[in-house]
Amino acid sequence: MAAQAIFDEMSGHDGESRDAYRILQDWLKSAPPQLLEHRREEAELFFRRVGITFAVYGNTEAEERLIPFDIIPRILSGKEWARLARGLEQRVKALNMFLKDIYGAREILRAGIIPPELVYLNPYYRPQMHGLSLNSDIYVQVAGIDIVRVDDQDFYVLEDNLRTPSGVSYMLENREVMMRLFPELVGMQRIRPIENYVDELLGTLKSVAPASSPWDPTVVLLTPGSLNSAYYEHSFLADRMGVELVEGRDLFVRDDMVYMRTTEGPKRVDVIYSRIDDDFLDPLVFRPDSALGVPGLIAAYRAGNVAIANAPGTGIADDKAMYSYVPDIVRFYMGEEPILKNVPTWRCRERESLSYVVDNLHELVVKEVNGSGGYGMLVGPHATAEACEHFKARILAAPDNYIAQPTLALSTSPIFTEKGLAPRHVDLRPFVLTGRDGVRLVPGGLTRVALTEGSLVVNSSQGGGTKDTWVLSE
Amino acid sequence: MLSRDADSLYWLSRYVERAENTARILDVAYRMASMPISYNGVETNEWESALITAGGVDQFRAVYGDATPENVIEYLAFSEANPSSIQNCFDTARQNARSVRSALTSEMWEAINSAWLDLRRYKARKIKVEDLPRFLNLVKEASLRYDGSAIRTMLRNDAYWFSRLGLYLERADNTARVLDVKYHVLLPQDAAVGGGIDYYQWAAILRSVSALVSYQWVYHQNLRPWLVADLLILREEMPRSLAACYAALSRHLDDISHRYGTSGAAQRQARATHARLTNRNIEDIFQHGLHEFLEDFVADNNRLGHAITNQYLC
Repeated sequence: MAAQAIFDEMSGHDGESRDAYRILQDWLKSAPPQLLEHRREEAELFFRRVGITFAVYGNTEAEERLIPFDIIPRILSGKEWARLARGLEQRVKALNMFLKDIYGAREILRAGIIPPELVYLNPYYRPQMHGLSLNSDIYVQVAGIDIVRVDDQDFYVLEDNLRTPSGVSYMLENREVMMRLFPELVGMQRIRPIENYVDELLGTLKSVAPASSPWDPTVVLLTPGSLNSAYYEHSFLADRMGVELVEGRDLFVRDDMVYMRTTEGPKRVDVIYSRIDDDFLDPLVFRPDSALGVPGLIAAYRAGNVAIANAPGTGIADDKAMYSYVPDIVRFYMGEEPILKNVPTWRCRERESLSYVVDNLHELVVKEVNGSGGYGMLVGPHATAEACEHFKARILAAPDNYIAQPTLALSTSPIFTEKGLAPRHVDLRPFVLTGRDGVRLVPGGLTRVALTEGSLVVNSSQGGGTKDTWVLSE
Repeated sequence: MLSRDADSLYWLSRYVERAENTARILDVAYRMASMPISYNGVETNEWESALITAGGVDQFRAVYGDATPENVIEYLAFSEANPSSIQNCFDTARQNARSVRSALTSEMWEAINSAWLDLRRYKARKIKVEDLPRFLNLVKEASLRYDGSAIRTMLRNDAYWFSRLGLYLERADNTARVLDVKYHVLLPQDAAVGGGIDYYQWAAILRSVSALVSYQWVYHQNLRPWLVADLLILREEMPRSLAACYAALSRHLDDISHRYGTSGAAQRQARATHARLTNRNIEDIFQHGLHEFLEDFVADNNRLGHAITNQYLC
């Protein structure tokens, strides 16, 4: 049975408590049974009252829903984190260099490491970015890297999110709730703080301001609006940073400068933290039907009068087809072996891989190259024969659109259920900030957890939940 | 601040205030309807007059026909066809609150959000006429909580001032309309007729703006129709009077112009209307016609709303 092979974050392979979890486990043993239930209810009340909600597309019934929060923390030792942090920094640095290269000299293509059509035919490739020299050389200021593990040795990267990664507000709120609900438990160990994330984010954004901006540049957060699924996060971050939360209609461009409409008249904007897809940024350049964007924004950007974070066009580096080349990208730019592993990936665009994939669908996870949020994917071992056949036809019709990976025995972490503690699969999304002055990383991330027994899908749009993530100091 | 945020705050306060006003109007109709009918030989339909005060009679007739208690309650409290129904007011208020969350304190957000959640529960099961007072209390308490949170927790900056402007414009409009619907019972010739029903009408007007007890403290005498009008139009110590609303509107518009260093049409118009209210006495107003006075006032008040929008909110 595969179940025996599964690695649990708390009890390892063999049921022995792992070091980082020892205090938690002792505390759980001594806690009265009703205490946890009581605290769980309090947590839910807190989230509901504060209105931390998440909109699920295509589900009008529950237009706003809470992401389930589990009260049992996920814990990483200081040593584990140190290795993970080094790997994250290395990977994000390399991806930034890759983007600069792709939109510049294109050495990696000339070196034959990446097939050029993967770049030029990529729907996220933005020719408008070509030859543009950014003030900071940074394309990805905010990255969310999804990490999984199958044992206590290695971390695998499941996915790089380099466009508009979300979830950091849950990371911060989860900690706040845990400190409120379990002060005694939190006080028993040395958990590294993450509350400075917002300051680090603002620092990062200010560091990439155009050279011509004032010493204290004006930063805004650009949101698609209150109907967007991550709107809560947008308003949370704007509020904590003390910057305006703007929609496209609040901004306008005159003489290649960006202004926002305020009660005191137009005000110049220097840095835009964009949470809108590239496609919608500027109807004059990208989708002409976009009502979310700002006409003329890209012209202002190209003139060097405003910084946009993340830069348009970063999507070529995080799609699932490019993913399989990231280890080569790290080697090419950093001259080092990648610290974080990739999950082995079959590219259906390659003939041998394709035939392997269609023959072994029932064992594989197949993903759409440009999909996200757990939409458009097939989890072979959990799919019916009929669903596999259906998916097979889709893959054969457009093999370039798909990659496949083995179903990993993702690690589990205990969650609190009506019947006591029970293991569920987890992943981790740490957030990596990159400014002109370097990489900033707060110790932790968002742990997502599949709430259904045996399920491997942790996405909040598919019923996943979250946990607080503790990194202990050594 | 962002014009759109200021606009959302302004409308957020307007809609909460409007919901409370509608609740008060329904409350009065409920009380009046429980009076013995045809007092003094006159039969009145208090539910109909609630409709007229709250506005939208024509639209009501198109949808419901008869002004039965159930229909009027449904229309004013819950109907989706009525943009100013209490339910719609809270929906719109919450939408505005959501889009401007970072300008609200968490107390204000929680006040709006929990009221909205409570009201949704009411909508699910249709309420009976006798449950009305409890429902209306909920609405009034939500408004008090929102307003109290704003006063106690907001920074005194432009965000606060714009939210106050919305509240006072809406309140002035409501007080003027409450008076206008009943102006005929306030006219001096009717006063001579006197009789119980008029007394109840005057008391109802006062009650609909929470001023029945205040009246006694200010005038120390029985209800006199022109004093009712005096209290609600000219007395600045009465918090829902037109004069008090305009004192507040001028003050907060001045706060804004001092902060921004410029003033404009909104400041001029508010000051002019305020001056008209402070330099009048009630005999004057009756002589020139109470109804005409109120009509002019409502139009001026709307114009001020437009001026504020043009100057700051778009």
